[in-house]
Amino acid sequence: MSKSAIIIGGGAAGMETASQLARLGIEVDLIEKQSRLGGHLNSWDRLFPNRRDSKEVFEYLEQDMNDGISLHLNAEIETILKAGDRFTLSLRDGKELHSDALVIATGYEVFDARKKEEYGYGIYDNVITSVELEEFFRNNKQKNLFEGIKSKRVGIVHCVGSRDEKAGNLYCSKLCCVTGVKQAIEIKELMPDAEIFCFYMDLRMFDRHFEEMYYEAQEKWGIQFIRGRLSEASENPDHTLLLKLEDTLTGLPLKMKVDLLILLVGFIPSPETRRLAAMLGLKEGDDRFLCPADEHTITNSTTIPGVFLAGTVKGPASIASTITDARSTALQVATYLK
Amino acid sequence: MKIEGKQRIWLDYQKEIADDHFFYVRSCVRQNFFPGSEKTFLRILQSELSKDIYENPSHTTCSGIGYHTDIVPFATSMTMVARQFALMTEAGYENFTTSCITSFGLYSEVLETWHHFPETEEKTREFLHKATGREFKKPNNVSHASDIIFRFRKEIADKGKYRLVNQRTGQPLKVVEHIGCHYSKMFPSKGVGGAEYPYVLVGMIEDWGGEVIDYPERRHCCGFGFRQYLVQANRGFSISCSKKKFDSMEPYKPDMILTNCPGCPMFLDRWQYAISEMEGKTYGENGHGIPVLTYEELAGLVLGYNPWDLGLQVHQVPIEPLLDKIGIPYDPEMKFRGADGQDLGKPDPPSVLKFYTEKV
Repeated sequence: MSKSAIIIGGGAAGMETASQLARLGIEVDLIEKQSRLGGHLNSWDRLFPNRRDSKEVFEYLEQDMNDGISLHLNAEIETILKAGDRFTLSLRDGKELHSDALVIATGYEVFDARKKEEYGYGIYDNVITSVELEEFFRNNKQKNLFEGIKSKRVGIVHCVGSRDEKAGNLYCSKLCCVTGVKQAIEIKELMPDAEIFCFYMDLRMFDRHFEEMYYEAQEKWGIQFIRGRLSEASENPDHTLLLKLEDTLTGLPLKMKVDLLILLVGFIPSPETRRLAAMLGLKEGDDRFLCPADEHTITNSTTIPGVFLAGTVKGPASIASTITDARSTALQVATYLK
Repeated sequence: MKIEGKQRIWLDYQKEIADDHFFYVRSCVRQNFFPGSEKTFLRILQSELSKDIYENPSHTTCSGIGYHTDIVPFATSMTMVARQFALMTEAGYENFTTSCITSFGLYSEVLETWHHFPETEEKTREFLHKATGREFKKPNNVSHASDIIFRFRKEIADKGKYRLVNQRTGQPLKVVEHIGCHYSKMFPSKGVGGAEYPYVLVGMIEDWGGEVIDYPERRHCCGFGFRQYLVQANRGFSISCSKKKFDSMEPYKPDMILTNCPGCPMFLDRWQYAISEMEGKTYGENGHGIPVLTYEELAGLVLGYNPWDLGLQVHQVPIEPLLDKIGIPYDPEMKFRGADGQDLGKPDPPSVLKFYTEKV
């Protein structure tokens, strides 16, 4: 009798874990609460650093979503029980699923920018998040966003909800910096006469070709990087925004006007990740992401035999890292089930 | 501007405000700056709302100004605050009410300090006992006087004779609100509406018929900022702060400024005169300034109190254009007369800022 695994979460991590396990001959149930697979991949337009269309990555992941994988969309988990080595999951629609292993791949959510009240998201007309900008690009509606803007000055705020004790998130979300650089270039391509200002604490260009993008942004596109955290934004009578911050390299306060403010929102664990962790008794770190059995050597398993982690349930990660991690998780699951 | 975004934040910052039986402590400076405000507060609570409010004449400064200018050490401030609490305890009250937002900020800071560092509370009790022999209970509720007016704003509106509506146009008066730095910037959860989009004055303005203006420099300091003003060499910073705010609010053509703090109305009022003398610049209509009121003064006007009983004659920016807009009657001849009719003498008119002589 073949072994089986249930994977919770149909984003990049869940899809790749599922396809790898199916290839290894393991029966897979893939549970997704939304009506379609892809998770946050469906929100992004082009991916850093080469700005390929995110749909290509989705199509790559989707091509293996067939043999050996039972897909459960719009599915919500009510209970998880473990008896011996077997797991039983009850879904809200009354369905019951059984497996020998369980993979948590429920990912992350973006930080709610409204919590940084001083930036005026949800109150001022021209403050948006980096996710919303991606949606404009993805739906080819970016012209709507910049319509009527004459001077075309855009501010991009890094670390919104990350590395922020007041927001309760001390960790770095890692990918906001490169997202900001990518989006700055994309706006500049769209509006060559725009002035773009990135407000940053550090620029953490840690991965391959990230640093090159940062150089390109400065040398080719003239994007200005100002080291300083935004203190507050206010709305002018013409709906432009008045920004106040300190340029910490010159040590001077700065006051400037922009037409559009983009907030680079960081990662937080998804509520579903935290709910499942509580249900299963999985350990959360002080950043509220889930802890693997060992941070260095056993990064895909948990302390509960048969329960595995994949992707951004363990912390912020790029799509490439998430897919790599998912393959590693699949190998761990297959070894466990052998 | 999306009002629903602000409303969501306001819901996050609701605070408990006592309903009755208040122990009241006055501000050090308000009785000189705007002498009718505290008296009006007591009148509203006692006569209009039938509330029990008590003040002990032997209460002292909270030491807030000295504390924020680094003259009074925090241990001393905590002991002085403890003495105020002892007076409240001895009088049998549990709801502490301050007239001053710097006091409100300091009481909040002391209570938070005691909460997080209980050894400081024990030390303070020891200091107070050694110095005065007194003991104290911590208050059940600490509210700023504006919190209480906010709580009863609808009752005041119901009893009111006037609305914040321009009688000539029928339009709501456009009101700038300024809550002052020490009300909620230090402890957002202690203020109605939090620190970024405070609601305490907004709620009064809305329920009394006015329209609130949100302008770019709304959050900026009024210019009091103790070191900016108390150190004479820094006063340029003080007037610069006020000017920055006036320049920012001017395009919205505000009918008045409503304030929360003892210092803010002083500086937003007096500096309008100073700027007019220095630069020939005025910010109101037709060479007038923008009238600046405390929340007690405004509540008194809404309730139909005589403007001169409220002390509005001591404002540097003449208040009459606002009275005319609302339709509040007043006797110009009584403006500079005392309560007994005695002639107090008229001030010399400023050279630029229009000194009110006739109705517009």
